[in-house]
Amino acid sequence: MRLRSLVAAAAAIALGISLAACGGSGDSGDSSGGGSGGDQTLTYWASNQGTSLDNDKAVLTPVLQKFTADTGIKVNLEVIGWNDLQTRIQTATTSGQGPDVVNIGNTWAASLQATNAFLPFDGDAMTAIGGKDKFVPTALATGGKEGTDPTSVPLYGLAYGLYYNKAMFAAAGLQPPKTWEEMVTDAQKLTDPAKKTWGMALAAGSYTENVHFAFINAAQNGADWFDKDGKPTFTGDGNVQGVLRYLDLMQKDKVANPSNAQYDNGTKSVNDFATKEVAMVINQNNADSSIVANGMKAGEYGVVPFPAPQGAAAPVASHVAGINLSIFKNTKHKDAALKFVKYMTDATTQTTLGKPFSSLPVLKDAKPVFTTDAAEAATFADVYNTKSKPLPLVPAEDQFESTVGKAMNSMFAKIATGGSVSADDVKAALKTAQDQVAAGS
Amino acid sequence: MSVATTEAAPAAAAKAAKKTKRGPEHRPGLSRWLPYLLVAPAVLLELFIHIIPMVVGIWMSFVKLTKFFIANWSAAPWAGLGNYKVALDFNNAVGQGLLKSFGVTVAFSLITVALSWVFGMAAAVALQPAFRGRSIVRTLFLVPYALPAYAGILTWNFMLQRDTGVVNHVIVDNLHLTSDRPFWLIGSNALVSLITVATWKLWTFAFLTLMAGLQSIPRDIYEAASVDGAGNLRQWRNITLPSLRPVNLVLVLVLFLWTFSDFNTPYVLFGTAQPPAGDLITFHIYNASFLTWNFGTGSAMSVLLLIFLMIVTGAYLLVTGRKSRRA
Repeated sequence: MRLRSLVAAAAAIALGISLAACGGSGDSGDSSGGGSGGDQTLTYWASNQGTSLDNDKAVLTPVLQKFTADTGIKVNLEVIGWNDLQTRIQTATTSGQGPDVVNIGNTWAASLQATNAFLPFDGDAMTAIGGKDKFVPTALATGGKEGTDPTSVPLYGLAYGLYYNKAMFAAAGLQPPKTWEEMVTDAQKLTDPAKKTWGMALAAGSYTENVHFAFINAAQNGADWFDKDGKPTFTGDGNVQGVLRYLDLMQKDKVANPSNAQYDNGTKSVNDFATKEVAMVINQNNADSSIVANGMKAGEYGVVPFPAPQGAAAPVASHVAGINLSIFKNTKHKDAALKFVKYMTDATTQTTLGKPFSSLPVLKDAKPVFTTDAAEAATFADVYNTKSKPLPLVPAEDQFESTVGKAMNSMFAKIATGGSVSADDVKAALKTAQDQVAAGS
Repeated sequence: MSVATTEAAPAAAAKAAKKTKRGPEHRPGLSRWLPYLLVAPAVLLELFIHIIPMVVGIWMSFVKLTKFFIANWSAAPWAGLGNYKVALDFNNAVGQGLLKSFGVTVAFSLITVALSWVFGMAAAVALQPAFRGRSIVRTLFLVPYALPAYAGILTWNFMLQRDTGVVNHVIVDNLHLTSDRPFWLIGSNALVSLITVATWKLWTFAFLTLMAGLQSIPRDIYEAASVDGAGNLRQWRNITLPSLRPVNLVLVLVLFLWTFSDFNTPYVLFGTAQPPAGDLITFHIYNASFLTWNFGTGSAMSVLLLIFLMIVTGAYLLVTGRKSRRA
């Protein structure tokens, strides 16, 4: 008797956990259920763009109130942090119990499009939100797979830039770098581990940041991560050398604190820069709000494009980063949702939100308003418009991010804990990542 | 126990017989359905919480449930044993990853269970004799168990940071044991950290269970033993251990199942930057399903884990059960 009940108990425990991995799918509908009543109330999931979730809410609330006043459509807002957003979208997709409108990282666009859960902006829908001609073409191109109707439209534009501390550069008699080599030399001159100052800070434990640099550095070498058929090509020489070049900032050049291997999000490296412990940081332009919030004043730092090595194949300085807006296909308020997307992407709203969220305009002929520093605004606009390459617009893009990004986390960890990573090691790690992607698609 | 039931059973049966004699005359039907009615909520809950999700999970392991189909599950194509083949192909990256993670988890579980048991036993025995302040010490020992897991593990995360953590502050700045600040959350030390935190969380449960078990051992046996000249260690080996055997059997099994399937500890301790040395299997499965949106392979791994744990549990109970019959 006891044996049997024990087996039963053990089995129950085992089952409980074996399904923990899949258990999340059923239970996320409640929070969003409020928006699907008969009245015109939209549920909107916003991503974290400001300095905190509360800050986002404070910024968005008056904007949404204006929309309600204009159209009579109420908007039920929920701001979701980046750590949760993808899982929340995933569960919403799986259960069919989602919001009406949602912010997505634009790099997920093609992967989310593949789920078939989002409304394609076809001719009519595109006209309803003001036509595709109002958007910057490169920004709109991130909305979905090439040659299809996009399932998302750009909302906030972002781009990487190399932030440098003007005072530290002046004190060392340095000019802001124009090539990768200059950047490394400058960083080495500004590094003094004994005084706890470092040339650069890297978010080396963040797989999402790491994978962006894998992409950008490989792009500078002229290498792609997927071929025309959407098959992964991770182990090319350009990819391996690109990844290694970035890893070498900590390994060979020693311009970054090994502790950076534990920085699991970009905020930590930006904070080091804002508190003047490091001279340079490579970050997207939304770093501005964090830098200022941490006490650095607008004139104290400058921004130049993230430099490519001398003789690089392409002067790529960023991916086309940003936030897109999607409508769930099963929304009961399609027209209201389209009106809302139109409102969020019109010139006035974009100008209102551009400053608090430090975003680049996604509309043609719009001026950046996120900074008062004209040089900084010009640099970012230049990077976004002429030096950005879109991340691979293939369904397996999300797998590229997680597998390559996590492989880089591990390699940084190995370097930080005293190991060494050779080109062959990088190639082997990327081969494993490629096999994982191939097995998953 | 068997004596008690045989004595109680006739009385209960007689009572029940009386009731059924009278029952049908007054309220026909109700007494017949009452037992089912009383059990129904439990059965329904069991069904919804365990059985149905389990069946769905097993079904998922046989279909190609990737991101192309998660919005419409029913359209997912049948994969047969395809997901299992991927998970068990150890020449492939996915299978290799699973195997490594399995190895890490086995090592983690064995060490954590052993440490938790040793600490729990030591503390329970130490607190067996009454002394002033015993209840205060007992309460203190229970703090890790009473603390919400998230808060406790997050505190460990702060303590184990390389530059700002208190652990390195003590080791490097105060004791000068090493000049190089070690990493605790990445690299090979991650397993040490994981075992430490899991043991910290778990040993109080072992302590609590063993303490309860100790209460049931009659004091006079110890007194008789010490009159016969048995020392503390001898008493522990010859009285405490055998008396606690039934408790230990269950305790070790439960500890093992809990540690083997521990998700919270690696999830909260490492966040999204989990190191290979701390890649526990449930966390590995979570990543395999949620990061790559491949729920079919993830479910296949889950089912494999389930089968493994059932085999281990079954074997454990068979072996220990046989031994107790012989004894």
